Amino acid sequence: MARASTTARPTVPAPGRIPVALTINGVATQLEVAPWTTLLDALRDHLDLTGTKKGCDHGQCGACTVLVDGRRINSCLTLAVMKDGAKVTTIEGLATNGALHALQQAFIDHDAFQCGYCTPGQICSAAGLIAEGKAKSPDEIRELMSGNICRCGAYPNIVAAIQQAMGQS
Amino acid sequence: MINFQYVRATDVADAVCQIAADPTAKFIAGGTNLIDLMKEDVERPSRLIDISRLPLNTVEETTDGGLRIGALVPNSDLAYHPLIAQRYPMLASAILAGASAQLRNMASTGGNLLQRTRCYYFYDTATPCSKREPGSGCTAIAGLNRMHAILGTSEACIATHPSDMCVALAALEATVYVTGPAGVRAIAFADFHRLPGDTPQRDTNLQPKEIVTAVELPARGFSENYTYLKIRDRLSYAFALVSVAAALELEGERIKEARLALGGVAHRPWRDPSAEAALRGQDASQATFARAADLLLRDAKGFEHNAFKIGLARRAIVRALTQATAGTPQSQSNKKIG
Repeated sequence: MARASTTARPTVPAPGRIPVALTINGVATQLEVAPWTTLLDALRDHLDLTGTKKGCDHGQCGACTVLVDGRRINSCLTLAVMKDGAKVTTIEGLATNGALHALQQAFIDHDAFQCGYCTPGQICSAAGLIAEGKAKSPDEIRELMSGNICRCGAYPNIVAAIQQAMGQS
Repeated sequence: MINFQYVRATDVADAVCQIAADPTAKFIAGGTNLIDLMKEDVERPSRLIDISRLPLNTVEETTDGGLRIGALVPNSDLAYHPLIAQRYPMLASAILAGASAQLRNMASTGGNLLQRTRCYYFYDTATPCSKREPGSGCTAIAGLNRMHAILGTSEACIATHPSDMCVALAALEATVYVTGPAGVRAIAFADFHRLPGDTPQRDTNLQPKEIVTAVELPARGFSENYTYLKIRDRLSYAFALVSVAAALELEGERIKEARLALGGVAHRPWRDPSAEAALRGQDASQATFARAADLLLRDAKGFEHNAFKIGLARRAIVRALTQATAGTPQSQSNKKIG
């Protein structure tokens, strides 16, 4: 769901000692986390943004993909304290004013999922892919989306959905 | 994950000072390998020194026509950098053959050099591993060793170095710049990674108090006749069974200069001067390529599950040299091998 970009989220108390300032989906956010808190755990456990999924927690599945300063990364292999000052976009931040992001709509149009667990990571990764501008052909989309595993095997529909959104951007 | 302290280095001198003061500390940059190993309890630093904000993230031309790559340049930025794409396309290709787009966005140049093996037993703290616990022995030698080395192994370790980027850097004869308490030193790429011997816990010749600051490429880029051919179990996002960086300079049919480096077969990117000498001055023919492959693999030794790599490497070398000669490098998106 979209969050208003003007309201500041209140400080979230958390175990640990290091203050971290992040702009998450346009919202200035202060939190305090232990150094070993990953960005993924900060989002899910400290900020209740559970759209970003924990799959393998080892950077192998891509379910935790978010955009940090516009680049797609694995949030499970990122320490929250290292991203102090960064802008983070999660699946919750892609829709604007209640209208789905072109990729969200395209995934629905193409039935690009089955269980849906990998979908937030797939969509954030695809948003990063489109911003990078390196993939044009289906082969290139497949290659540059290979960091996102879909165990239901919806890959052909995922590629079709990305092609549709790419045509609109 | 284990608990640890976290500090940020303010500059390279501060980073060296901090690592020198605490032998149980580690630098963190991209974190893609280190955080994973910390989750697995393989790495247990008491303190992480964050170097990710140091100003080591530029690619600059050197006075001798080469490029100086800052240690913190992300792998993706390096692969897509216009000067790399134009002048060192084999390096760009090798980088894009490795990991995933997300990991390449995070992983740094220096970190790529320092990443650790993906040997299952190195990761599994329930099994002996001399790389993890010196002297405890190698479980892989009599275990599941399909991914393991066929060249330069020892009784203590048969792990491989997992990098693709480093295979191209080896072929290009890059230089690694490091800074320590005694100042700056340059390490030829061939001298950077080690063979396991009886000290497999040491992957590289970087000293404990040193930091990698840059990788420098010489002017010679082999941008016409090159390939990076990676053979793996999946078409993407898998470590190499065998990979080949092949770079040639041709005069008509004759090979003027040749570079050949293999990944996935040893504890470091594998080059063999005799194999390259067997290419130099010869016609670029299948017979020449086969002779070079046989020379490079003459001491190869397979284990129970990986002996297939010897034949695979031989064919991959011949195929890679064929691709390089034809000027038709392996595509990293369309995986059909031409």
